[in-house]
Amino acid sequence: MNNTAFSIKQMRAFYGAKEVIKGVDISIMPNTVTALIGPSGCGKSTFIRSLNRINDLIPSFRISGDIMYRQKDIYDKETDVVELRRRVGMVFQKPNPFPKSIYENIAYGLRIHGLNIKDTIDEIVESSLKKAALWDEVKDNLKQNALTLSGGQQQRLCIARTLATQPEVILFDEPCSALDPISTAKIEELIHHLKQNYTIVIVTHNMQQAARVSDYSGFFLLGELIEVGRTHEIFTAPKDKRTEEYITGRFG
Amino acid sequence: MFKKKEFQKLKEYLIEKLLFLFSLVSILATVGIVAVLSFETFAFFNEVSLLKFFTDTQWTPLFVKKHFGILPLLCGTLLTTLIAMLIALPVGLISAVYLSEYSSEKAKNIIKPIMEILAAIPTVVYGYFALLFVTPLLRKCIPGMSGFNSLSSGFVMGIMIIPLISSLSEDAFHAVPMGLREAGYALGSNRLQVSLRIVFPAAFSGVLAACVLAVSRAVGETMIVAIAAGQQPRLTLNPLVPVETITAYIVQVSLGDTPHGSLEYRTIFACGMFLFVMTYFLNIVSYKLRRRFQQVYE
Repeated sequence: MNNTAFSIKQMRAFYGAKEVIKGVDISIMPNTVTALIGPSGCGKSTFIRSLNRINDLIPSFRISGDIMYRQKDIYDKETDVVELRRRVGMVFQKPNPFPKSIYENIAYGLRIHGLNIKDTIDEIVESSLKKAALWDEVKDNLKQNALTLSGGQQQRLCIARTLATQPEVILFDEPCSALDPISTAKIEELIHHLKQNYTIVIVTHNMQQAARVSDYSGFFLLGELIEVGRTHEIFTAPKDKRTEEYITGRFG
Repeated sequence: MFKKKEFQKLKEYLIEKLLFLFSLVSILATVGIVAVLSFETFAFFNEVSLLKFFTDTQWTPLFVKKHFGILPLLCGTLLTTLIAMLIALPVGLISAVYLSEYSSEKAKNIIKPIMEILAAIPTVVYGYFALLFVTPLLRKCIPGMSGFNSLSSGFVMGIMIIPLISSLSEDAFHAVPMGLREAGYALGSNRLQVSLRIVFPAAFSGVLAACVLAVSRAVGETMIVAIAAGQQPRLTLNPLVPVETITAYIVQVSLGDTPHGSLEYRTIFACGMFLFVMTYFLNIVSYKLRRRFQQVYE
């Protein structure tokens, strides 16, 4: 089990006194897509946001258990959170480009990590936009403000921005929930390609999406991980009755 | 069945009109003030040319040899304002960044009310604080300094304006969506990078609006400069000598025994009009900036 990306044992998470994750064990394999499904408020977003410690921004948030990334406890006092987040990137539910130009949105991540050579930045901006399948649409307007792009384009820009800093893992927190079906299809295709080079964890409400893009699926319910396994097994032969009921649409 | 009774209709009509009358009071007051200002200003400029007013480098309306150049007063006003902003801007902005991006909820709940006390101190107290505390203190370090000067009044005015800048800027920072900060942190930014490279630029027009409003406040501030800056109109950028601001001059003449209706008396309306146009313009700029800022994040 030493080749896991994330290895998590007995994760418990709280907002104030409210326990939102109640002892979750899961291993996430490198270069795979793991989808987390489940009804709203079941803790899957909290779970994914704990993997890059972005939940630290919420003052009342507390967490316990072993949350290991590449055999290192990411909640250890010695952990360099900035370094962790550089290696574990994230794309959010609502597209959140900076109110700067398209170019600057991508250059930002490079600059804060000390890269100041213009030619190199130019190259990475282009290659990241190409990887995110956005280059052809914006290559003539790189100076344009990112907020003028459509929602789907903004989300792909956010993905490009994340790719530019070369993380090892990309966390997607319901990346398509605010997008139309065409944009959604583009992003799903993108995730499919990214799998070769990145470890991907995606939270989604859309079960077809989970089935389409993921290798592994985990089903969350009320803060517990009910079942996790290969996606086709989860969707064709779930072991737990509750998983089956959720997948077939009988509740949730 | 659902028809309103005639009496009820009448009652609602009367209530509406009554409320309207009350709101009319402030409009009428504004119109009245502008009318009086305009009338007296017009009368003033019948005797003194606009060109003289804006180009003459001396302001001596109360002397035998009269000069009506606003420049020395404007210079005093701008000098004290500049000094005030040099103090208030860095301190106000840095505390806003601290309160919005760094401090815990607990620290914020203690610091904010204390800062707001600064804003509640009457300006006359600030004036005497400048004259009787700050000036003697500064004179110990700067020997040639005059007892009345723009440095200490500007300095104290700056302290007075800090809460205005910090609280308005903090509002602007606060309005920056959490998603932008999350995006910044998720890319591996540290707190300073998120504060300075993401939150600050995103809130820039809001911060600018706060600054413009602060300038407007400093330009219009009266009591501190009337007490501590001296009352000598002087075209100088030296912060150590007495100067007079537009507002301080108005106080000086209003308190004196200048006869009503005389040219000397009318100077204060010309000055008042000038001041009004200036601060009105600044307030409009500030308002427009804030509007623009709000639109971005709606």
